[in-house]
Amino acid sequence: MTTVLTTGPGLRGGLGESVRRPDGGPKARGEFAFSSDLEAEDMLWAHLLRSPHPSAAISSLDLSPAFAVPGVAAVLAAGDVPGRQSFGLDYPDQPVFAGKVVRHVGEPIAAVAADHPITARRAAEAIAVTYEVTEPLTDPEAAMEAPPIHERGNVLFHQDIVHGDPGATGEVSVEGSYATAMQDQAFLGPESALAVPAGDGGVDLYLATQWLHVDRDQIAACLGLPLDLVRLHLSGVGGAFGAREDMSMQVQLCLLAMRTGRPVKIVFSREESFLGHVHRHPARMWYRHSADADGNLVKVEAKLILDGGAYLSSSPAVLQNAACFAAGPYRVPNAVVDATAVRTNNPPCGAMRGFGAVQVCFAYETQMDKLAAALRMDPVELRLRNALRTGDTMITGQVLSGAAPVAEVIRAVAAAPLPAEPGPSDAPEIALPGGAGRTAERDRVRRGIGFAVGFKNLMYSAGFDDFTTARCRLEEGRVTITSAAVEVGQGLVTLMQQIARHIFGVADVSLGEATTAGIGSAGSTSASRQTWMTGGAVEAACRAVAERLVSSVAQRLERPLASLRLDGGRVCSDDGAVDLSLVGAASGQVFEETAVYRHPPTEELDEKGQGNAHVSFAFGAHRAVVDVDLDLGLVRVVDVTTAQDVGRALNPLQLIGQIEGGTAQGVGLAVMEEIVLDRGTVRNPSFTDYIIPTALDSPPVTIAGLIEEPEPGAPHGAKGAGEPPAISSTAAVAAAIRDATGLELARVPIRPQDIALALAAFEEDRQ
Amino acid sequence: MPVFVPASLEEAFAVLEGAPGAQLLAGGTDFMVEVNAGQRRPATVVALGAVPELKGWRLDGDEVVLGAGLTYTEMISPELAELVPGLAQAARTVGSPQIRNAGTLGGNIATASPAGDTLPMLMALGATMTLGRSDGGRRAVGLDELVVGPKRTTLQPGEVLLEVRVRAGAGRQEFLKVGTRNAMVIAVASAAVVVDFERRSVRVALGSVGPVVIRAEEVEREAAKLIDWDARRLVGPLEGSGDFGELVRTAARPIDDHRSTAAYRRHAAGVCVTRAFRRAFSSEESTAP
Repeated sequence: MTTVLTTGPGLRGGLGESVRRPDGGPKARGEFAFSSDLEAEDMLWAHLLRSPHPSAAISSLDLSPAFAVPGVAAVLAAGDVPGRQSFGLDYPDQPVFAGKVVRHVGEPIAAVAADHPITARRAAEAIAVTYEVTEPLTDPEAAMEAPPIHERGNVLFHQDIVHGDPGATGEVSVEGSYATAMQDQAFLGPESALAVPAGDGGVDLYLATQWLHVDRDQIAACLGLPLDLVRLHLSGVGGAFGAREDMSMQVQLCLLAMRTGRPVKIVFSREESFLGHVHRHPARMWYRHSADADGNLVKVEAKLILDGGAYLSSSPAVLQNAACFAAGPYRVPNAVVDATAVRTNNPPCGAMRGFGAVQVCFAYETQMDKLAAALRMDPVELRLRNALRTGDTMITGQVLSGAAPVAEVIRAVAAAPLPAEPGPSDAPEIALPGGAGRTAERDRVRRGIGFAVGFKNLMYSAGFDDFTTARCRLEEGRVTITSAAVEVGQGLVTLMQQIARHIFGVADVSLGEATTAGIGSAGSTSASRQTWMTGGAVEAACRAVAERLVSSVAQRLERPLASLRLDGGRVCSDDGAVDLSLVGAASGQVFEETAVYRHPPTEELDEKGQGNAHVSFAFGAHRAVVDVDLDLGLVRVVDVTTAQDVGRALNPLQLIGQIEGGTAQGVGLAVMEEIVLDRGTVRNPSFTDYIIPTALDSPPVTIAGLIEEPEPGAPHGAKGAGEPPAISSTAAVAAAIRDATGLELARVPIRPQDIALALAAFEEDRQ
Repeated sequence: MPVFVPASLEEAFAVLEGAPGAQLLAGGTDFMVEVNAGQRRPATVVALGAVPELKGWRLDGDEVVLGAGLTYTEMISPELAELVPGLAQAARTVGSPQIRNAGTLGGNIATASPAGDTLPMLMALGATMTLGRSDGGRRAVGLDELVVGPKRTTLQPGEVLLEVRVRAGAGRQEFLKVGTRNAMVIAVASAAVVVDFERRSVRVALGSVGPVVIRAEEVEREAAKLIDWDARRLVGPLEGSGDFGELVRTAARPIDDHRSTAAYRRHAAGVCVTRAFRRAFSSEESTAP
């Protein structure tokens, strides 16, 4: 037995360090294989025929013209689905193929597999469909009373919250109506996958998704196959942001592979991608805030309507979030919230980063500014006065038991110096509003500053059995971590390695394949949950292996277990007599442990919206500085300064990446990002016209504070960090534009005409 | 879809003799998007990128001769920007560096998009396009004769846009483009103004506010009245009464679409023209991009 003393690698690459991503090099060099890069010998290409109408009855469907196209191997439509005819995250109300009716533009009607992608597309276009076009239902308010467009009705979900005394009144009250548009996740990697039929009658599907196991369960149900015959394998994911939580083509692709007996690949075009995934719910929101003369909030009343589009998706959970967080991160003793998600013939809406918290944050933070103005109070002071803290009760009756550094994030942002970069008078021309278009006139540019605070829940809520599985294997000194958790670009792969390094003290940690074949569910990569959940499972699996390793040494050497410990990659005894490398300690044995991690249980909300529905919350604040061209209404966001409640920064570099990326997404919703709908039809399904911030539009993000107040119960005290940057950034930018223009601006995105024409009309009235 | 890549103008014409309806490819930044989206699939493509006669630019007396294959990046080069600053300003508003390296002047003109970024400046400069045929025939046309509707030109089958002629150093030139983001954006409205002190002429053209570029002659006439040509300065205010902006708004014929509203486009065109004039008479030199 060797007892060679070497200097172990210590904890390099461990927790708290800005460790580089294992896939960073390949991604930067263009060598990383995304799901659109998949290939198999003899593979076919799939294409979906989609509805061009938002609402129509299908009176006839003739697939034969597609069969007649040379090179076509299969054409499938409703009637070819052997199992359940529909799918859905919450309830399966979305057909695999539209049968008698189509309910939104882009709804799949048929699928073709052919020897070339263009052949497949042309064959799909050759399919003869007779539509009886009907008037689409596109107004969410009208939807509540309109004849149902689906057998399950037009109200997708309703949530009331009645908290405290609904009749309470304050000395000052402010009221307003607000709206947010439909935002797209705008990931770069289009929906793509490869389905390979298997000899056992099953199918292997290689794809980009956010939750392998829930896709598998839905696919198996639709294929009418047992779960073990449907195996999903993660391929490279080019961004997700919620848009890959729902299925987009998984069932159709597997059906084609099984029908043809050949591998079938699909890659959506950009237009198909815009039509083929869910978006952020547009919201209409009415609010009344009441406060006493000192600025203490007395009551918040809100009526929220979210447009869920044609199918349910995750509307109930999004809606519940919007309701739960409707009053913001403030102490509100009395609240009445009436929240409804409705079905329309607009594109289906579902999960997107922020998940219901973004829309209400825009409204309640605008209200807080209005209230501050009515009270003649500093808006930061008003927020500090009402900021939630640990021990406070939320409007759902839940007492905040975890870390709630709301005042801390507000103070950190408020105390940060304003950007030192040149003001409108001396900025380079391209840094003025209008940028490369050379439009700005310096003396017509006004600077504005806005402030906002937001929060949301971490992990799944309302009684959901939220768990995750991870495996650790120690063999010949090498650690391999296996999990079905999905890496979408956020850096979970890095973190899993960091956790294993932290425990074993070895530099090399391999990652196993993320697949449903051979390991249990890791839950969804969403709700800011994987750092906590899969982090917790990896930690538990590693600790279990470490314990077994140490006990095996204790047994072998006949030493008391308590005298041994794993430290810096070695099993040592306190007296120094034992000092073994991992290889030496294992002595030829292989250790493997699988751990399942669950967060503490939650409850469903009752009919008054009361209950301990959430596990934990994360808070954040943003201050935006903007320059606005008063005549043209063009905006440049000059700076965004933020502070975030992170529990503990396990990888500061990746954390900053989440904050910068989420902020850019929030800026996008504030000033440009919108799926433009015209009676149910998407008018801008391309990156030419669905515009997202460029480098010139994305402000420098100054991090005024990473508030590290460890969260009780969270592994290493760390909170998920992916969503808060996208919550209050939108509201802060909107507030800054209001500050620069004096306009009310109750809708985001704020378009140039909203500013320029309003100011011009105001000017005209004055003359 | 056969693609020919002729190495000379002669070769290009030879190909076109056999396939006069061929789609000409001159950068492909619009065309290839449509091909990839399955919206276009022409029988034959003639790619002009390797035709040396279409490349670069030269001086011919007091005219600058711009090859149809001149890229946006080349239009921004300091040497050319000094001679035709307005075109450099317009070229800089186009796309990203990659797009500016690929896209060409000829492609921008022949695509005939109402939002084509070089078109308003070419109109304001009074540019002349030379079109050639395989039989050696040449004709020279103005932009308004060539571009007659959205995506519609009077280019005949087999005809190739060879070059564009503009006057070198033709006075003060200003191009302003409004889009809903600060770079890489399609124009919602744009304006080009050229004040030629030597010829004592003013030309104003508006982009993205009509089916084709609109020359705002009424605006030009009113603006000319405000200019003291000897002193090279404005003698009256451009705004105040609001008439000047109103003339621009009247000249514009915009539509509502998913990018903006007609009302905003009119308004923005008025602001841009007013600002362009103010800059043209400011003491500072006109800024290259």
